[in-house]
Order: sequence, then C-alpha cells, then structure tokens
Amino acid sequence: MRQFAACAALKEKTRLKRRSKTLPAAAPEPGPRIRPAAPEDVRSIIALDEDVTGLAKPRYWQDLYERYGSTRREGRFFLVAEGEGRIEGFIIGEVRAWEFGSPPCGWIFAIQVRPKGRLKGTGTRLFEAMCGCFRRAGVEKVRTMLARDNALILSFFRSQGMMAGPFIELEMSLD
Amino acid sequence: MKLQKATYFALYAVLELAADPARQLSAVEIAEKYGISAHHLAKVLRVLGRAGVVDSTRGVGGGYRFAGNAKRLTLLDAIRLFEPLGNERSKSGEQPPNNAAGRALKLVLDETDEHAAATFRSITISTMLKIMAQRLASEPTKETRRPRARQDRRGSASRAGGNG
Repeated sequence: MRQFAACAALKEKTRLKRRSKTLPAAAPEPGPRIRPAAPEDVRSIIALDEDVTGLAKPRYWQDLYERYGSTRREGRFFLVAEGEGRIEGFIIGEVRAWEFGSPPCGWIFAIQVRPKGRLKGTGTRLFEAMCGCFRRAGVEKVRTMLARDNALILSFFRSQGMMAGPFIELEMSLD
Repeated sequence: MKLQKATYFALYAVLELAADPARQLSAVEIAEKYGISAHHLAKVLRVLGRAGVVDSTRGVGGGYRFAGNAKRLTLLDAIRLFEPLGNERSKSGEQPPNNAAGRALKLVLDETDEHAAATFRSITISTMLKIMAQRLASEPTKETRRPRARQDRRGSASRAGGNG
C-alpha cells in the first residue's frame, strides 16, 4: 500500500511533466478512483472477466491476486478502478528484467473495463496509473502483447501512444 | 509495404478534414497543401463521399467536411476503399506458383500481410491525429523545413519495398 500511495502522490505531479513523452490525449472525464486491488475485489474481478469473456476463471484470478495484489512485491502492480461502489475495471503489470535480453521494462498483461462503462476514460486512467507505477519503479518502457485480431484492445493501446516494439513473437506446433 | 497513390491521397484528405470536422475545404485547397493533383484528389473525395467518410457541398464556397467517427474509422477502413489488402490482394492479384517454393513464399507473404492488416486495423484516425500532433511537437523545426509531399512530386507516393 505504501508503495502505491507514494506512486499515486507523485503521479499527478509527474503526469503533466511526462505529457510531452506521451500522446496528447484528451483529459479523461471525472471517473472511477484508481487504487490497489484488495481481497474483496477478487469476486468482482472474476465476475467482470466472465461478463467480457463468457468464461469464469475463479482460480486463475485468485492466483493472480495472490501473486500480484496481496503481496505487493516490488515491481508488481494490480490496480482496480472503483466507481459508484463497484469495480469498473482493472489492470495488472510488472517490471521484468532481462527477458529476451531486454533491460528492465514494465509489462502490462491484463486490462479490462466493464463493457457498459467504456469510452469514459476508465481504461486511460488505469493505463496512466500503471505507467506511473512503472516510472516510480525506475523503468522507461512499457510493453504488452496481445492477439493480432484483438482490434478493440489493440486500438486502445495504440490510442495511448503505444507502437510496435523491437521484438517479434514466434511459435510452432509441437504435434 | 506500399500503398497506391489514390490511397495516400485519401489518407491525406481524411486526416486534413478530420483534424477540424467543422471546417470545410475544397479539393484544390487540400491538393495545394499536399502538393498533389487536385483532379485526382477530387475523384478520391467522391469515393470517400460515397462511403460516408466525408460530406460534400456543391457550388461556390462548397467543399468537403469530415463526416466519419474519428475514434472508430481505422486506417484499414480507409485503405480498403481504394485497394485490397493482405489475403484480399492475393485473391485478385498475382500469386506465387503452386509448387514448394511458391507455397513457402506465400506462407511468408501472408504473415507479413496479416501483420500489416492488424496494424492498419488498430490505428484509428483519432490516433493518427495524436501521432501527428506528437511529431509536430517533438520535431517542429524538421517538420517546417521538410518539403511538403516530396514523394508525390516525384510521381510516386510509395515507401521502399513491398509488393503492392
């Protein structure tokens, strides 16, 4: 909690300073409060994900919370957007170092916003909060990876200023 | 990657008009700004008009306005109005021979086409305007010094490489 509080306190101060390094997006409307995930949020997160994907994955999200939310390990962040007494969205990320020879950088590997609450700046708030946490952790790059046909989330990250990175993902069938 | 000249003209026009949807511009005004053929651009604007991307007003003082949703219209949407992309192109255009080399080559070309289509599909006109604003802010001197539409004056609007 202490780590995020410090992060949040400096976030607003540094946001404008850093603005020139990100795209000049319109300021999001007043909206949900961004805070670290708490144990009681897990049930809402499971329901939100099920609402979006049509698949309930309680053990997966509980496990993610235990690894990224509850322990608050250095460089791991599990944030939620809370508005009108419910969870409107969440984002998970961590700082990874020297994977594929890359210096430490922030990785976002989950983001979700309640479908009826989209286009209100919630995703942007979550993304900017996560970037602020990464900056506090001392990294200068943020990365993510997603399916090529996931046009919705791809467009979202593009709208935040993300471009193709220096890596190419490869795979092969082991049949 | 290489786009056809009409596609480049369409993207110039869409970006110019979407930057200020309340503003009305003639084909000549847009063509002069980008150093391109007004006659060719007028044909392109008619296609954009039929697709509902721009609105046109005839007569003296007439012109074009952006009529689309900049947060929804993607580069792929605009490009597809003028040329096929990726697998669409391979259905209509020249294809590698049906032998081992041709099939292997097609596999690789399909991979690059899919990446290109995914990239164009993920970038909206709104995002393009942000990228343009960012580049203007970070390189104001270079931007103002750069000759406008230099590529088009040479008669080619393409970048290096590609098989379009």
